[in-house]
Amino acid sequence: MRLRLLAAVLLVLVAPLSALDGDPRIHDPSTVVVHDGRFYTFGTGNGLPISVSDDGWTWRRAGTLMQAIPEGRPSPEVIARGGNNTWAPDVIRSGDKYFVYYSAPGTQPKAAIGLLVGRTLDPNSPDYKWEDRGPVVWSDGVEDSNAIDPGVFRDPTKGSLWLTYGSYFGYIRLVQLDPKTGQRLHPDARPVNIAINSEASIIIYRDGWYYLLLTHGSCCAGANSSYNIRMGRAKNVTGPFVDNMGIDMLQGGGKLFLSSGGRYIGPGHFGLLDLGDGVQKFSCHYEADLDRGGVSVLDIRPLMWRDGWPVAGDNFKEGTYQIESVRTGTALELAVQGMPVGGLRGRGGRGGRGDAVPTEVISAQNAADVAASWPAGPINLRLSPYMVQAQQKWTITPVANVGGYPGSPYFKITIAGTNRALAATEDRDLVTLPAFTGGPEQLWRIDQLTDGTYRVMPKSVPNSKDPLALSAAGSSTATLDRFSADSDRQRWLLKTP
Amino acid sequence: MLRLIILAVLGSAGLFSSASAQTATPRSPAPTLAAPKSPAKAPGADGFIQRWLILEPIPMKGQLTDTAVQTAVKTDYFPNQFTVMPQHADTVTVSGSELRWHAVDTSGYNVNLYHFAYALGKPTSNVLFWAVTVVNSPREMPDIRLAIGSNAASVWWVNGKEVIGIYNDRQTVIDDGVSRSLTLQKGPNIVRAAIINGGGATDFCARFLDREYRPIKDITVSLADRQ
Repeated sequence: MRLRLLAAVLLVLVAPLSALDGDPRIHDPSTVVVHDGRFYTFGTGNGLPISVSDDGWTWRRAGTLMQAIPEGRPSPEVIARGGNNTWAPDVIRSGDKYFVYYSAPGTQPKAAIGLLVGRTLDPNSPDYKWEDRGPVVWSDGVEDSNAIDPGVFRDPTKGSLWLTYGSYFGYIRLVQLDPKTGQRLHPDARPVNIAINSEASIIIYRDGWYYLLLTHGSCCAGANSSYNIRMGRAKNVTGPFVDNMGIDMLQGGGKLFLSSGGRYIGPGHFGLLDLGDGVQKFSCHYEADLDRGGVSVLDIRPLMWRDGWPVAGDNFKEGTYQIESVRTGTALELAVQGMPVGGLRGRGGRGGRGDAVPTEVISAQNAADVAASWPAGPINLRLSPYMVQAQQKWTITPVANVGGYPGSPYFKITIAGTNRALAATEDRDLVTLPAFTGGPEQLWRIDQLTDGTYRVMPKSVPNSKDPLALSAAGSSTATLDRFSADSDRQRWLLKTP
Repeated sequence: MLRLIILAVLGSAGLFSSASAQTATPRSPAPTLAAPKSPAKAPGADGFIQRWLILEPIPMKGQLTDTAVQTAVKTDYFPNQFTVMPQHADTVTVSGSELRWHAVDTSGYNVNLYHFAYALGKPTSNVLFWAVTVVNSPREMPDIRLAIGSNAASVWWVNGKEVIGIYNDRQTVIDDGVSRSLTLQKGPNIVRAAIINGGGATDFCARFLDREYRPIKDITVSLADRQ
C-alpha cells in the first residue's frame, strides 16, 4: 500500500509533456502579448474568445473581446463591408492603446477587417473597454483579395505600422497604418500585393531583413489539415519577399518554417513573442492535437535563427543530459572525486595492446556504482571536463502543478539515478540537496535561446528578486548571475550522454 | 625602513644566485621571473597579480585527486604555514631540508613555477609549491571573486580562509577556478596558494574580479608587510 501511494505521488509530480497546460484550445490565435505580467491571445469564434495565462504555460478561457463593447458584435460599418463573423484577430500595443484587428467575413471573399481600440487587456481593470472603430480594409467579393487574417507589424527601424491580410482568394496584401489611430495612414493608396495562395500572414524584422511568415495548406479539417508555416524575406517592408530558393512569394514561394510533427498536425498563424535578453518564442496553433481529441490548440515554442532565417525550436524535453558550458566547454558536476568510467585501469598503450580489437563494452557508470563515497548532505557544484561520470549526468524532469513559463513547465534537475536536486542558494550560488522537495529554488526554467543554446534559471532565489541564470564564472566554477545576452557565460548545451 | 632593508637584501643577494650554487652546473636565471625592484607593484593590464613569494618546492607524490590534494595541502610542513607572511630569503625546514622563500616579479600574466624551480636546480615534478602575496586594497571591496588558474591542482586562501580549489591534472587557464563572493578588506590582504604538480610544466595565475567579472586593478601588491 505504501508503495502504491508513493507511486501515485510520483505520478502527480511528473508533468505530462504537451502543448501548454490548462485549456489551450484556440484557432487562429493572435500574437501572444504580455500585459501587466499576464499573457493574452485572442482567437476565432463568436465574439473573439480570450485566452489568458499568468505564466505562459497554463492557459484558461476568459470570455470574449466583444463582451466589452456595447453592441457585443462588430459595428454595422464592418458588417456592411464584410459580415458578422469574428475570426482570426491580431493585436499590437501602440502608444498607450491596444489595437485589435479582427476578421469579419461575410460570404468570402467578401470580408472586412475591423479595428477594436482599448487601453488595457485586463478585464478587471476599471479602464477595460473596447471601441469598434470600424473597418480598416475590406474586399468586395470580386477582387483578388479576401480581407481576413490580419497581421500587424511595427517596423523597429522607423516606428511605422503595417497590416498584412488575405486568404487564398488572390493576394496577401500590405497597407500602412497610422500608429496614433490604427486606421490606414494612406486610405487612398492601393494595397501592395506581397504574396499569393496563403493566409495568416505577418511580418517580423531582424538584422536588416523583413520576414513574411504565412501559412500554406488547408485548415479546419482536424487531423486531415495540411497547414504549414512558410516564409520569405525582403530588404524592404513592401517586398519583394523571396524564399531561400529565390522564388517570390507572389509566385507561391515560401521556405518551410514549421510543418506537422509528433502528435501535432497542421501548424499555422505564426506570432512572435520577444521576451528580451535574446529570448524569442513564437506562438502558433495546431489544427489537431492528437492527445487532446484532435482539437486545435495553442503552442509557444522557442524561435532560433540560423543563416539569416528563423528556425522553429522545440520546447525542452525531459531526459538525462550533460550540462555543458558554451563558454568553457566544461560540464556541471557534483564537486566530488570522480571515478573513471570502467574503473582505474592501465591505458594499455595508445590504441591498446595486442593484435585484436577489444570486444569488452565498458558499462555506463551510474550513481549507484559510486555514490557511496559522496557526502550525504548538501554537495557543491563545479565544472569539469565531461567524462560520462555519474556525478556529471543530470536527469531533467517536468514538475506538475508548480506553474511554468511561456511554452513549458518548470523542471527539476537531479543527478541521474538519484533524487539529489540542483538548487539555488540565498547567496546567489548553487548547491545540490539530498532530495528534491519541490521548493521554488529547486525548480528550473530552461529556455532555448536564438542561437540554439539554453538559458537555465531557477524559478526563484531565496532572498533575491533578481532574475539569475546558471553561469560559468570560470572553467571550473558554476554559479548564478544575471543573464547577459552579450556573453556566452550563461549559455549552455544540453547533450545526451 | 623595513621595506628598504628588504629591497636591499633582494638587490644584493640576487634572485637565484644561491640556488644555482646548489647544482653542479649553474643554470640560467628564470627568464620570466625577476627580483622585485620597487616597494609595490600594481597588477598587470588584465589585473593579474605579478608579485609573489614562492617557497622552493617540497617533494611529494604529486597525486592530484581531490582527496589527495586536500590531504597534501593540509599536512604540516613548516610552522605557521597557513598564517606566516615570510620575506625574501627566509628559510623553513621541511623533512630535514632547508627551503628558501623567493620574492619574484613575473613578466607574464602567470608565474612559471617550472622556470622558478629549474633555475634553482630544484625538482619540477611531483612537488608542492607554496606561494603567498599581500594585496593592498584602497578600500573595502565586497562582492568580488578570486579567479585562478594552475598547472596542476591548487588550493587558495584569502586572509586565512580557503576560497577555491581545483584538482586533477590540468593546464593553467585564466579564470579556471573562481571563488564565491568575498570581501577584500581595506589595507593588506594575504593571498596564499598551494600548487601541486605531477609532471611537466607547472605555473599559476591569479586575479580578482568584480561582480561583473571585470579585473580589479586599483590594488597594489607588496611583500614587505610582515604580519
